[in-house]
Amino acid sequence: MTARMEKRFADVAAEGRPVLVTYFMGGDPDFDTSFAIMKALPKAGADVIELGMPFSDPMADGPAIQLAGQRSLKGGQTLVKTLELARLFRGEDQHTPIVLMGYYNPIYIYGVDRFLTDALEAGIDGLIVVDLPPEMDDELCIPALKRNINFIRLATPTTDDRRLPKVLENTSGFVYYVSMTGITGSALPDPSLIAGAVERIKSHTELPVCVGFGVKTAEHARAIGASADGVVVGTAIVNQIASSLTEEGRATDATVPGVEALVKGLSVGVRAARLAAAE
Amino acid sequence: MNEAPKLNSFKAGPDEEGRFGIFGGRFVAETLMPLILDLQDEWNKAKSDPTFKADLEKLGAHYIGRPSPLYFAERLTAELGGAKIYFKREELNHTGSHKINNCIGQILLAKRMGKTRIIAETGAGQHGVASATVAARFGLPCVVYMGATDVERQAPNVFRMKLLGAEVKPVTAGSGTLKDAMNEALRDWVTNVDSTYYLIGTAAGPHPYPEMVRDFQSVIGQEAKEQILAAEGRLPDLVIAAVGGGSNAIGIFHPFLDDEGVKIVGVEAGGKGLDGDEHCASITAGSPGVLHGNRTYLLQDGDGQIKEGHSISAGLDYPGIGPEHAWLNDVGRVEYVPIMDHEALEAFQTLTRLEGIIPALEPSHALAEVIKRAPKMGKDEIILMNLSGRGDKDIFTVGKILGMGQ
Repeated sequence: MTARMEKRFADVAAEGRPVLVTYFMGGDPDFDTSFAIMKALPKAGADVIELGMPFSDPMADGPAIQLAGQRSLKGGQTLVKTLELARLFRGEDQHTPIVLMGYYNPIYIYGVDRFLTDALEAGIDGLIVVDLPPEMDDELCIPALKRNINFIRLATPTTDDRRLPKVLENTSGFVYYVSMTGITGSALPDPSLIAGAVERIKSHTELPVCVGFGVKTAEHARAIGASADGVVVGTAIVNQIASSLTEEGRATDATVPGVEALVKGLSVGVRAARLAAAE
Repeated sequence: MNEAPKLNSFKAGPDEEGRFGIFGGRFVAETLMPLILDLQDEWNKAKSDPTFKADLEKLGAHYIGRPSPLYFAERLTAELGGAKIYFKREELNHTGSHKINNCIGQILLAKRMGKTRIIAETGAGQHGVASATVAARFGLPCVVYMGATDVERQAPNVFRMKLLGAEVKPVTAGSGTLKDAMNEALRDWVTNVDSTYYLIGTAAGPHPYPEMVRDFQSVIGQEAKEQILAAEGRLPDLVIAAVGGGSNAIGIFHPFLDDEGVKIVGVEAGGKGLDGDEHCASITAGSPGVLHGNRTYLLQDGDGQIKEGHSISAGLDYPGIGPEHAWLNDVGRVEYVPIMDHEALEAFQTLTRLEGIIPALEPSHALAEVIKRAPKMGKDEIILMNLSGRGDKDIFTVGKILGMGQ
């Protein structure tokens, strides 16, 4: 685990609340705006940043993130530029962990060794690559762990007790529990079911468990955060960005402040989570 | 190539991880992994189950109409003045193409697995029709994802699917063709894993699909081999098939892979030419990458973003190719060549007029390559071509291009 990630989870746990993980798509709708969004996230209360790498064929994503990827690619975003976003951010913030999230092909084409070197240099702490299950660990997971970059794996409702050890084996940083079988941005299932699933995973691992897919409001964040070590919010932020754009998809004066306001609200939600659990 | 299969065979792949050399594999979201492993188990059991084999043969004979004939194209042979040309007539199958071979096999598996809902992707609509057909035959609801562009240019097949009781969902993402339909089918599958069986139509996708689809389609090559031996007393000199994802091609190629004297050629869609982006020649003009669950040759840019292909034929309009084809190319066993839209269109008309067979635009690509090669071969040589589908679905597209008004 990178020191930065470990420290952030430990510090937040010491505050007695769950971690707020926020996702946005790098380059959505353009490089400069997404850099401004990235800088605004920790100031609004985000503890960990998931930086989306756009891909032309995002098979596990719902319409909101698909469109964000299309806007970003249309705006000229590339993997080189996404790494550049991280590097610029790291120049101003040395403490907020950055996790790159996306699909394997752009990394494969970039070259795995070159990618890991450049990611480390840009201050990346972890990777989430949706289409690399444990069966494909030799591709990127093992090389990343050797270079001390976390490989964060998704566990899902279909990951049963028989399979869970295999999924957790080379996972580091945290475990990302996908709250339902489905694509990003679907409806959130019953928080009590999620609490059970989180407990099941925690009985197999010491790693923190963060829950995502379907968390949209401060109330969701509070409810999920009552049992999980962290809450991941993605589609809600992406939707907030989309709703602020002009008809041609350009950023407006409302784009960055809109994200800030949403994340501040979510941050209030996670800060109320353990209070609620204690009630 | 690391870990090439036994040196004395081109038929040993894939390995246990689903790899053909560096190609293939299982690049899918975790949600789907347990399901894919279940499917693999069930497929392994089915392969050695005599009941499964018997069901498959019975439905093959009485529902599909197997064996499909091997036809000597006498007038085309005379016209070209070279090698003798034989067609494996998969276009005479029930539903009009080779696609039904695979659909029957997979729906039997779906039933064994207790699945209650079928989803499929389709390009030209041939696989969609075949899926809707077997779903009707086995009483399962069926949803077919089809690119919005394809819904428009393959209207007759859309009607057929609807009449068969399937729900056709047009996909508008991307350029609204086969690749986008496959993305949407994968999203549906991830959401409905418990109930749903994803009936993939081509020899691509995560392991075990490429192997499974190949095995269901290999009946084409097995029959053709027996039939040509009966007709000519020897194997063909050249086997040719069109390649989109590559299921009809791998089906006819596979039984011939270890026959040294048999040259094998796969024909890709050259579209409007390989110089620009308007083609679908993944092997001839693409590079290795990872999409839709497997590593294979893809049309992509320098950032690893997948490009939209183009072909006059909706069935070849896919920016990738089955992983076994990628491997057969790299080890040099099969040669892959492009054929342009206009060449396929000419071949379509030639066959229609000379033999009274209206071919689909997909095998018209293979036919165009036959037309190029046959005159250069001796009269004692033999070409075997997979006539994988009939052209009824394409008559409006072709009529429009040729300016044949209403």
